[in-house]
Amino acid sequence: MDRIKNKYNLIDHTADFGLRVFGSDSKELFANAALALFDLITDIDHLKGLDSCNIEVSGDDWSDLMVNWLREILYLWNGKELLVKKVRILSLSETELAATAKFDPFNPDRHIIKTEIKAVTYHQIQVNSSPSGWEAMIIFDI
Amino acid sequence: MEIKKIDKYRWELPKTGNMRVPGIIYATESMLNAEKQKEPLKQVANVATLPGILKASLAMPDMHWGYGFPIGGVAAFDWESGIISPGGVGYDINCGVRLATTSLVEKEVRPKLENLVNALFRGIPSGLGSKGSIKLSIPEEKKVLQMGSKWAVNRGLGEALDLEHTEDGGCMPNADPDVISQRALERGRQQLGTLGSGNHFLEIGVVEAVYDIPAAQAFGLFEDQVTLMLHTGSRGLGYQICDDFLAFMTKHVKKLGFDLPDRQLACARIQSKEGMRYYNAMACAANYAWTNRQILMHNSREILLRVLGISPRDLNMKLLYDVCHNIAKKEVHVIHGKKQTVCVHRKGATRSFPAGHEALCDQYRPVGQPVIIPGDMGTASYVLAGTEKAMQETFGSTCHGAGRVLSRKAAKKASKGRAIQRELEDKGILVRWTGRSTLAEEIPEAYKDISQVVEVVHEAGISKKVAKLRPIGVVKG
Repeated sequence: MDRIKNKYNLIDHTADFGLRVFGSDSKELFANAALALFDLITDIDHLKGLDSCNIEVSGDDWSDLMVNWLREILYLWNGKELLVKKVRILSLSETELAATAKFDPFNPDRHIIKTEIKAVTYHQIQVNSSPSGWEAMIIFDI
Repeated sequence: MEIKKIDKYRWELPKTGNMRVPGIIYATESMLNAEKQKEPLKQVANVATLPGILKASLAMPDMHWGYGFPIGGVAAFDWESGIISPGGVGYDINCGVRLATTSLVEKEVRPKLENLVNALFRGIPSGLGSKGSIKLSIPEEKKVLQMGSKWAVNRGLGEALDLEHTEDGGCMPNADPDVISQRALERGRQQLGTLGSGNHFLEIGVVEAVYDIPAAQAFGLFEDQVTLMLHTGSRGLGYQICDDFLAFMTKHVKKLGFDLPDRQLACARIQSKEGMRYYNAMACAANYAWTNRQILMHNSREILLRVLGISPRDLNMKLLYDVCHNIAKKEVHVIHGKKQTVCVHRKGATRSFPAGHEALCDQYRPVGQPVIIPGDMGTASYVLAGTEKAMQETFGSTCHGAGRVLSRKAAKKASKGRAIQRELEDKGILVRWTGRSTLAEEIPEAYKDISQVVEVVHEAGISKKVAKLRPIGVVKG
C-alpha cells in the first residue's frame, strides 16, 4: 500500500484544521481517514501496533458515519492515550461500520505528538464517490 | 451580503431569508471589511434563524469563524419557547480567564523572574494530555461537578472571598453529573489542575496603565503592580460533553423539523428533556472549569511564595475576578421595555454586568463587573468594567479577547526562521512552552490587535476601560 501521506492533504483555515482524504473504495476511504488523523497526531511509522481492539459505529448517512467513526477512533487517543497504527475495516455500509484498530499505548519517551486534535466536527463534512474513487473532507477542532 | 451602518461602531445585517431577527456587529469599518469576516457574518445570519431568538444575533469586535455560531457571538433565546445549542457555547465549555492581584511591583519580581517562570512551567502541568496533581475517584469528581470552585475552597485551595470574585460564585447549581457520559467522567478525572494546550496560558503581568481610577481602586489595581492571569477551561471533560451532545442533538433536531443552515447549529428546545439535559451537563463542565482555575491559582500562589521567598502577607495575592467566555445561562433582561427570562449564549464573549447589578458582590457593585480581556503573549491584556449600555444592547455582554487572524499553518509559516522566544525576550517577556509548535502558532501577529478590539467595546459603551496589563512572564501549553 502507498504511504498514508499520499492519501490525504491538509486544508488551511483560520481557526481550524481540515483534511481531504482519498480512497479507491469506501472501505479504503474510511481506513485512510483514520490513518490520516493519526498521521497528523504522531509519526505512525514509528508505531508498532502491539494491541488491538474492535470498533463498531453507526450513522444516518455516509457523512454522519464518517464523523462518528473518526470521533470513535479519536477517543482512543483523547480518552485512552492509545496511538493507532493500522485499521482494518471489516464491514461497511452507509449506516454501519465495523473495524479493528491496532495501536500502541502512548509513551512520552518514545512517541512524538505533532498536533493536538481535539474534536471531529460536522463543519463542511463531505463524503463523495465518483467513478474515479472516493473522497472525503473533514474539519477538526484543534 | 448587505450591511447597514448604525453608527461608527455598530453595523446591521438586515433580516433576510429565514432570519427571525437582524444581526448586529460591533466593529470598526476596517475590521468589518477584512476578508476573513465574510464567513463569520454568514454565521451571524445563520444564528438569527434559530427558534426563539430575541432582538438580534450579535457579534463582538473579536468575531471570527467558529463551528456553527461565530466566536465572539452572543444570542439570547426566550426561556420558554427558545432553543439551547452546544454549538452556541463551544467545545471548551467555560473556557475563561481569572486575574489575581498582588502587592508587589515589577522591580521586586524582575530579578527572580526567570526562576519564577521556570518554576511555574515545572509546577503547573501544561501541554496536551497533561495530568493533574489531583486524582479523583468518580464519586469525588461528581462532587466537583456539582460544587464548582467551592469544592477547591473547602479543601483549602483558596478562600471564601475567591467565590464572591468568581462569576456565579464559581458554581451553576443546575449541574447534574448523572446526565454526562462515562467517557466525559473518565477524561475529567485525570485533568483537574492542568492548564492544557493551544491558546491556554498562565501569565505574570504588570499594570501598565490605569484609565479609570475609581474602578481600578475598587478592583485593587494600581500602576506597576504585578498580576497573575490564567486562561483555561474544562479540558477533556468539556470537549467530551460538547461532542456527545452535538452527536445527540444532530439526530434530535431532525425530529423537531427545524431547517438548520449548518449541522453544527444542532439544538434542542430549552423546555424539553433533551434541552435541559444539555443545560445540566454543560453546568457540570462549567463548574469543573471554575474549580480547575481555582486550583491552578492556588498552586501558582504557592510557587510564587516559594520562589520569591516572601510571606503570604507580603505577596497578598487576591482573586480580582474570574469570567467565562463560553457559556449559556439563564438570565433576566429587559427586552422592548419588558423583563424577560432568557438563555444567553456567549461563545467567545464575556458577561459585562453594570454597576448596581444584583449578581455582583458588594465590593464591585458600585463600579460594575470586572471584565478581563486577555491579549496575545506579546502585547497586552485589559481589565474593563461592565456597563448599563451592555444591558440595553448586548444582553450584558462584551468581547473576550483578540481573535485569530492567521490560521495555525499560516502563523507557523510567518514565524519560520525567526527566534520567537528571543523576540519576546527582547521585549522583556520570558516565555516557556510545551507543544512542539505552540510558540510558532501563537505568535502575536496570529491575533487581531487587542487594543483595537478593546477600543471598539469602550467607544461603543458596552464596557469601559479600567486598566491595561503587559506580560512579563508567560507559560503556554
